[in-house]
Amino acid sequence: METYTMMRHFADSWGLLAMALFFVGVIFFTLRPGGKASADRAAHIPLKDED
Amino acid sequence: MNNTITIGGLVAGAFLALLGAGFAHDDLFAAHMWVLFFCLAISTVVVVRRVDFSGAGRASSRDDQSGYFDEVIRYGTIATVFWGVVGFLVGVFVALQLAFPALNLEPFLTFGRVRPLHTSAVVFAFGGNALIATSFYVVQRTSRARLFGGDLAWFVFWGYQLFIVMAATGYLLGITQGKEYAEPEWYVDIWLTIVWVAYLVVFLGTILKRKEPHIYVANWFYLAFIVTIAMLHIVNNLAMPVSFLGIKSYSAFAGVQDALTQWWYGHNAVGFFLTAGFLGMMYYFVPKQAERPVYSYRLSIIHFWALIFMYIWAGPHHLHYTALPDWAQTLGMVFSIMLWMPSWGGMINGLMTLSGAWDKIRTDPIMRMMVMAIAFYGMSTFEGPMMSVKAVNSLSHYTDWTIGHVHSGALGWVGMITFGAVYFLVPKLWGRKRLYSLAMVNWHFWLATLGIVVYAAVMWVAGIQQGLMWREYDDQGFLVYSFAETVSALFPYYLLRALGGVMYLAGGIIMAFNVTMTILGHEREERLPGQVTVNLQPAE
Repeated sequence: METYTMMRHFADSWGLLAMALFFVGVIFFTLRPGGKASADRAAHIPLKDED
Repeated sequence: MNNTITIGGLVAGAFLALLGAGFAHDDLFAAHMWVLFFCLAISTVVVVRRVDFSGAGRASSRDDQSGYFDEVIRYGTIATVFWGVVGFLVGVFVALQLAFPALNLEPFLTFGRVRPLHTSAVVFAFGGNALIATSFYVVQRTSRARLFGGDLAWFVFWGYQLFIVMAATGYLLGITQGKEYAEPEWYVDIWLTIVWVAYLVVFLGTILKRKEPHIYVANWFYLAFIVTIAMLHIVNNLAMPVSFLGIKSYSAFAGVQDALTQWWYGHNAVGFFLTAGFLGMMYYFVPKQAERPVYSYRLSIIHFWALIFMYIWAGPHHLHYTALPDWAQTLGMVFSIMLWMPSWGGMINGLMTLSGAWDKIRTDPIMRMMVMAIAFYGMSTFEGPMMSVKAVNSLSHYTDWTIGHVHSGALGWVGMITFGAVYFLVPKLWGRKRLYSLAMVNWHFWLATLGIVVYAAVMWVAGIQQGLMWREYDDQGFLVYSFAETVSALFPYYLLRALGGVMYLAGGIIMAFNVTMTILGHEREERLPGQVTVNLQPAE
């Protein structure tokens, strides 16, 4: 199979699936229960010191 | 520190430039190498004059390795203000060239040469210096660590200035590879790649040696900007030089592949240089200036991942109705429209950071500038996806509407958030109590805002009129207007656009004055906004 065709097939099957799963995983991880406390701590990082 | 390596590098570089000038394959390369030679020779003299002969053990204050590395950020802030004013000035000049073609002064100052000078000066010189300086500031504060790599940060700063000078002089000499926002030829591209890798090393090294366990979201945006720009720059500039001592090179891609690579680069230069990088700025400086944490940290993380996952596919919308396959055009359009969600999520996150502190918009001109920036971010990220819809694009493409859209994003979002960051940084970096004048910030705010409004509104009208005139057929099927007629119809709009530019430039000059006076340590006597002057009457 041509390299182009091979990459094309990979891109619209496993590649697409992997990226979609990663993206959905990121959203679930960010919104997981208990994520709010650590997010609130992280949000205060710039405000902890004077300058 | 006696800069032995720096001096050695400068002398060797100057010598190589001299050889390049002597053995050049063409006259333009020789001229460009003379420019490089004089830059490096002058730099050598300056650095040699600063050699410190005080002897070992008597380290000067410059060698203080504790605390944050801020000297390079001070230089970066000054460079940002300087290149900003230069870029706006060149912009006004090209705007006037469109209205008055007699201003095309051959051969160096024709529109074709000065336009890339304007775009590169504002995007890469003004925006790039702002990103490098603020990223160095933010990554140190949020990692609680000194910049990694010591003097490598100086190499990044000065190396980047050399890139700017070589790119700018190249355009005026007529050296270009003809790719929008990627005009510099192969040898300047190689230099930028070296500088950019050094930038990545400094930034990533600082993150790796951080004392704060969590990597703050602003750093994610900055890192995405640095990594993606490296990738885009390298792939889009893959080219084979005709001679290693000549200016001309040929792209590795041909035809529509080359066009798609260019616009994959071009649109992501907007997405990752002008958006992701400046969002990093927003996520640090807006909470700092408002003195409250970002509205939703979890939204900022989703904003980040959604933005970088979608932006990278949007480029093909620059090639609607061309030889690009139809499915690729549709893909670009669909991803552009999906970008509405992360963009507006980010805008809401930035604006809502002020919730509970909205009074600051009235009392704090710097905050007002940042809020206006975020508002323009929302405005132009609404307009952009709309223009990427094929039906709208068939009217707007190649017209001045596109120019208006770019400027509402560039002047409104990129410019205003940078001004806000500069006004925040200058008193901090130079240890001043406050800016020289807040009233001048207010003047800058109104001049810039009204300038953008005039500019964008005029370009909407001009662009739509232009698009409608181009597609006007009579009942016989002939075009109603000749191209020259559509050009002359735009004259009043071009005049007004130049007026908008002059207002924005005037604001920039006020900022340069204000920043200079602050650095020199002056404070203007004035009533601070929100401060009530009480005149008590003596009791009888």
